Amino acid sequence: MKTLITARGITKQFGTTKALDGVDLDINAGEVHVLLGENGAGKSTLVKVLAGIHSPDAGTIEGNASLAVIHQELALVPELSVAENLFLNRLPRKFGFVDRAEMRRRAPELLDRVGLDVDPNAKVKDLGIAQQQMIEIARALDKNAGVLILDEPTAVLTDTETDRLLQIMAQLRKNGVGLVFITHHLDEIQRIADRITVLRDGRSVGVLGPRATTQHMIELMVGRSIEEQYPRARQRPGEPLLRLSNFTRRGVFRDINIEVHAGEVVGIAGLVGAGRTEVARAAFGVDDYDYGTVEVDGKPLRRNDVQAAIKAGLGLVPEDRKGQGLVLTATVGQNLELVTLANRDQKRLHDIAGKLRIKGRVEQPVKELSGGNQQKVVIGKWLLADPKVLILDEPTRGVDVGAKVEIYELINRMTAQGRAVLLVSSDLPEVIGMSDRVVVMAHGRVAGELPKGATQDQVMALAVQEISA
Amino acid sequence: MSTISIRRYASENGALAGLLLLAVVIAVMQPAFLNAQNLLNVGVQAAVIAIMAFGMTFVVVAGGIDLSVGSIAALAAMVGALTAGPLGLVVGALCGLVNGALVSYGKLPPFIATLAMLSVARGLTLVFSEGQPHETDAVVTFLGSNLTPSLPLPLLLMLAFFGITGLILTRTNLGRRMYAIGGNEEAAKLSGIDVRKQKLWIYALSGLFAAAAGLVLAGRLGSAGPQAAVGYELDAIAAVVIGGASLSGGVGRATGTLVGALVLAVLRNGLNLLQVPPFWQQVVIGAVIALAALLDSLRRR
Ligand SMILES: Nc1ncnc2c1ncn2[C@@H]1O[C@H](COP(=O)(O)OP(=O)(O)OP(=O)(O)O)[C@@H](O)[C@H]1O
Ligand SMILES: [Mg+2]
Repeated sequence: MKTLITARGITKQFGTTKALDGVDLDINAGEVHVLLGENGAGKSTLVKVLAGIHSPDAGTIEGNASLAVIHQELALVPELSVAENLFLNRLPRKFGFVDRAEMRRRAPELLDRVGLDVDPNAKVKDLGIAQQQMIEIARALDKNAGVLILDEPTAVLTDTETDRLLQIMAQLRKNGVGLVFITHHLDEIQRIADRITVLRDGRSVGVLGPRATTQHMIELMVGRSIEEQYPRARQRPGEPLLRLSNFTRRGVFRDINIEVHAGEVVGIAGLVGAGRTEVARAAFGVDDYDYGTVEVDGKPLRRNDVQAAIKAGLGLVPEDRKGQGLVLTATVGQNLELVTLANRDQKRLHDIAGKLRIKGRVEQPVKELSGGNQQKVVIGKWLLADPKVLILDEPTRGVDVGAKVEIYELINRMTAQGRAVLLVSSDLPEVIGMSDRVVVMAHGRVAGELPKGATQDQVMALAVQEISA
Repeated sequence: MSTISIRRYASENGALAGLLLLAVVIAVMQPAFLNAQNLLNVGVQAAVIAIMAFGMTFVVVAGGIDLSVGSIAALAAMVGALTAGPLGLVVGALCGLVNGALVSYGKLPPFIATLAMLSVARGLTLVFSEGQPHETDAVVTFLGSNLTPSLPLPLLLMLAFFGITGLILTRTNLGRRMYAIGGNEEAAKLSGIDVRKQKLWIYALSGLFAAAAGLVLAGRLGSAGPQAAVGYELDAIAAVVIGGASLSGGVGRATGTLVGALVLAVLRNGLNLLQVPPFWQQVVIGAVIALAALLDSLRRR
């Protein structure tokens, strides 16, 4: 087998954190090489060293294959169109000007390749985060590079898109491309990996073959085994704390009726574009709606008023941590106390940071944290505020298996204290495993509701259902 | 001290290092710079820009900009001279409130809203003054006076405003919210911060500080002129940026702004002492601002 890139003894230090400590990595032609490790283990840093964004403090990289990288954080220009983003920095030109006709001709081909059905002239900022991710993927594919590195591309994708991506990766592998793939979804690893390098605290702690069991992966990665992946402790439901009635926003969602009771976790499943995030945002007062009511603890909520929502006891962990969840210029502590500004309490800050096992100091700028640890900060901010009802929109996106369980335990603790949780998630095992009931949305409407113990097939059957409007 | 903490120290005090370097160079070339009276002068010269720049720091940290501070200073001073000093402060804060309302409720870009105010406030100054300078009363004149020969009040006022600014930025909810709004307005909104109301206060503060600066300036000169403080907004912005604040918001500190204002004052004073022709002074000052911003962006990499 031909080795395209050989990295040896890569070491990289940021201040006092040793992000990488003597890591070896081979990228072979026609092979999918998975990097696995907890949040903050050093995966993204290794990718950035390979891509030449960080120079290593020690170690060598050999090989001259061309490289295409999809980074963990999206790197699109929100104000430009889909087509312009696809061809950014190599726009087709004619007489020195951008050749729009050529761009319009080639964009659909590329979008087709990743199965994305969007208007090439739409602005990127108007697209959902999953669609943006697919655009990144399409852009990277267009480079026809010898090595393709994908840093958690599936974190924001639903199963359908993930399937598509894995197919594309399998095809590239057949064509002799060397792939590096980072994901926290162990099932994806089992489906596609040829080799798995496990990182822990910046060190390579083992290389596994394609038939590694999830237990084995988890043990190597977190240094202990995980008994129960979805440790939902059910409560007897109490009074309704959140009630959406005939909730409607024209063209986006219609006649949504959802009740979440004290002590309950209600999941919302559905495909991308089903309107789940939109419902969550409108309920929380970020966006306006046309009809219907939102009641928190029996009292109607003023529309389009986030402050009123928070005062009434609502909270929302948004799906886009970088765009909506975090103040990247501020420290971990400042982000954690953003909602609770008025009652600053250092002890509780450190407490929550510890409970979530945030890898990073409270005084550290949040942009220096790894992606998964940043996500924990957004969740921590809302846990500190202790709302009656917490809406979680893709809360464990990019969070490692161990930390996920910590977050689930915190959800359990909330409901044990008589709080309620509305869990929007594209991670089917998660939404099924952690919810007491699952509401499935399709095309902006509630397609059905399933009790605890529903199967993935049942959820999918409802999610893909055609609803006549 | 390890290299890391040295680096961190330097990166937080880059502007301070620059200020010291500048002072040393000037002192070597012209020892008269270190003369106590001259140093006091530098402090007084820095005071007006510094007070204005403190107000600007709030706006810049919150991701905005205020081009109207020079005009507001002149208007406040004129109102102060024609009526009474405190009324000048009120007028300044009101102008700032209008800026804030235009930005937050009118959704105008801060650049445009405050550019409009720059013109309106200057125009009102000319209207009220009928184009003539007006003498200031005893209260305003006192603001610019020396308590003792070696203790000019403007210097003390600068330090007082420095303290207030530091307190607001680090110890109040308003201050913490400024960083959140400037760092990520969307995240601030989703965290329950009433971004629009906060902006109202932020611009009002900037107007108030500009008015105070205008009164100090008029007090120093003993009169309020219709063309006072023209172009001061640029010095104030320069001071904030030299002090390490980011015009894209979310970053900035009171200490940095103080140092930035001192850099400008030391530079002006030094160039005068070295008898650099005034036309060339502008060139040098511009170059230093660019250099400071360059060093800052290099340091951040
Ligand atoms: N620019 C930086 N400055 C300081 N520390 C950094 C920087 N980039 C990364 N780190 C630190 O290096 C460590 C490794 O981070 P990295 O982003 O590589 O983790 P990761 O394995 O990709 O995690 P995740 O699964 O959460 O994405 C973390 O402790 C992180 O805080
Ligand atoms: Mg990462």
